[in-house]
Amino acid sequence: MADLSAVRADSLVKNFGDFRAVDGIDLHVRQGEIFGVLGPNGAGKTTMLRMLATLLPIDGGHAEIFGVDVRREPHRIRQLVGVTGQYASVDEDLTARENLWLFARLQGLTSTRAKTIAGDLLERFGLQEAANRPLSQFSGGMRRRLDLASSLITRPPLIFLDEPTTGLDPRTRGQMWDTIRELVTDGSTILLTTQYLDEADQLAGRVAVIDRGRKVAEDTPDALKTQVGDSTLQLRLADGADTALAADVVRRLLGEDPVLTPESGRMNIPLPDPDRAADVLIGLREAGLGISSVSVAKPTLDEVFLALTGHGADEPQMEAAR
Amino acid sequence: MTTSTATSTTATPTTRAPQRIDPSAAVARTTSRSSLQATWVQVLAMAWRALKKMRRKPEQFFDVLIQPLLFTAMFAFIFGGAISGSVSNYLPVLIPGILAQTALTVCMATGVQLREDMDKGVFDRFKSLPIARIAPLAGPMIADLIRYGIASVLTVVTGLLIGYRPGGGVLGCVGGVALTVIAGWSLAWIFTWLGTMARSAQSVQGISMMIMFPLTFLSNAFVPADTLPGWLEAFVKVNPVSHVVSAVRDLLNDGAVTAEVGWAVIGCAIVVAVFAPLAVRSYSRKM
Ligand SMILES: Nc1ncnc2c1ncn2[C@@H]1O[C@H](COP(=O)(O)OP(=O)(O)OP(=O)(O)O)[C@@H](O)[C@H]1O
Ligand SMILES: [Mg+2]
Repeated sequence: MADLSAVRADSLVKNFGDFRAVDGIDLHVRQGEIFGVLGPNGAGKTTMLRMLATLLPIDGGHAEIFGVDVRREPHRIRQLVGVTGQYASVDEDLTARENLWLFARLQGLTSTRAKTIAGDLLERFGLQEAANRPLSQFSGGMRRRLDLASSLITRPPLIFLDEPTTGLDPRTRGQMWDTIRELVTDGSTILLTTQYLDEADQLAGRVAVIDRGRKVAEDTPDALKTQVGDSTLQLRLADGADTALAADVVRRLLGEDPVLTPESGRMNIPLPDPDRAADVLIGLREAGLGISSVSVAKPTLDEVFLALTGHGADEPQMEAAR
Repeated sequence: MTTSTATSTTATPTTRAPQRIDPSAAVARTTSRSSLQATWVQVLAMAWRALKKMRRKPEQFFDVLIQPLLFTAMFAFIFGGAISGSVSNYLPVLIPGILAQTALTVCMATGVQLREDMDKGVFDRFKSLPIARIAPLAGPMIADLIRYGIASVLTVVTGLLIGYRPGGGVLGCVGGVALTVIAGWSLAWIFTWLGTMARSAQSVQGISMMIMFPLTFLSNAFVPADTLPGWLEAFVKVNPVSHVVSAVRDLLNDGAVTAEVGWAVIGCAIVVAVFAPLAVRSYSRKM
């Protein structure tokens, strides 16, 4: 096939009553890449994925997966896409092994083949010990792994992962990342959503940032980060009343305003270069402003958002940003 | 300096699939619908799932066990004398009636359980898999055949214990039970359709009750139709349940395959032909 795109969506629209949850999103995912969709709660990530996975009717626009029209050929799409939703979609009343066996049978594998695949997947995802226990005894992380395993039975060329690591502890999260990278090595394409810039950074080659149903940016994680500075100096002033004075110091030294957070006396200062942190700290000392805590961190989603849209990720919608 | 990719030492690839995934080959393999044979396999897989659930939640069988035992005995001793002069005279009228009533109760449970099931996360996966839309509906109904079977056999056995002697003999009984199972299974499609339409399991329950009570009590299930006032008799005569009850009576009491039996079977076929497609359509839409 000459066209190398895995997903090609043009001005996708979804309305829930009067509310437009997805408002004309274009998406182009190339074969073999990990594409991240980054956005805060309620941005429309899940809604968009569900439309592409044929779980929700598409209200407007056009979408193709490996050249197959999503709206016209849902049955074909379902053979090409493995879906791991935001909430585990496995059967609570069956064991892990039974779940996998059932999904394999439903997809036309013979009973013996289904058994082998179920065994392989349980082993690959470290679930063999719990394989015959009822799912009600599973932890959140085990459930997520089983859910992902269930999406891989037929080795689909495209995999949707909706917030695959939300709610996982750091170690499990790292394992999930490794698994996702392996999938790409096997030749799959991955479209994942996340609320964390660092996750997109770790995994995705390209990222689309969406907000209130619209795409506000699309780039490599590095390019996105440079828009907000490579790292951020986060500090808290000993006295909240000094905020304005401190902001002046930062502006004079870096030529840019610090980002004030709602918490009194706290500010985030985007740094073009981590070295400049020292300049700021010395400047504040010279101005006689006390500091109660300080740290240097990678930019957060909130800062990316602020830079791209002019409003914070968690801020209630006040005015249209564009 | 944030989260470093913790080098995980858990069981990772031992059994990795050998060849790389080839998208264009995968596209070429796709089909635009499930074949008939594939659909049948899917229905059986869903039936297997329903059976597993039944085994793990035996309390589901409560209605199937209690109703035949309790209602048969209770109705026989309470109404027997008043309606037919004696219990043993009433049993040939009553047993087919209880059979129909039990089958309808099981039907109702089919709809309620489907609705409950559909609200669970796993239905998202069923919808995202390339399976025929009828499979998640028809699968549990196949498993339910067991429930209809148990309920009707139990009703007949209870009858036998309290003195029922069916004139149709063993064959008549087998025929009567079989017709009950067929009728129950067919009517269950109506409740399955309700299950796919309604907002919640409670509303399915409520609507089903409203349908079930008039259907069973305004029929000839417990009393002969000619004892009723004219306007009621008219309704009772068109009520499909009456026809099923009459047909089952013919089979059980006379061992006769009468025209009523034919009508009952045709009626069942029509119900399935109308409501199965309606249910599948409403299920596919609810996405
Ligand atoms: N079935 C529905 N009916 C009405 N509104 C809905 C429905 N599903 C989603 N929405 C609304 O659409 C918007 C987008 O929701 P969506 O679940 O796609 O967000 P999200 O980006 O996945 O958020 P999160 O990070 O919380 O998962 C939200 O405002 C949500 O309230
Ligand atoms: Mg979501």
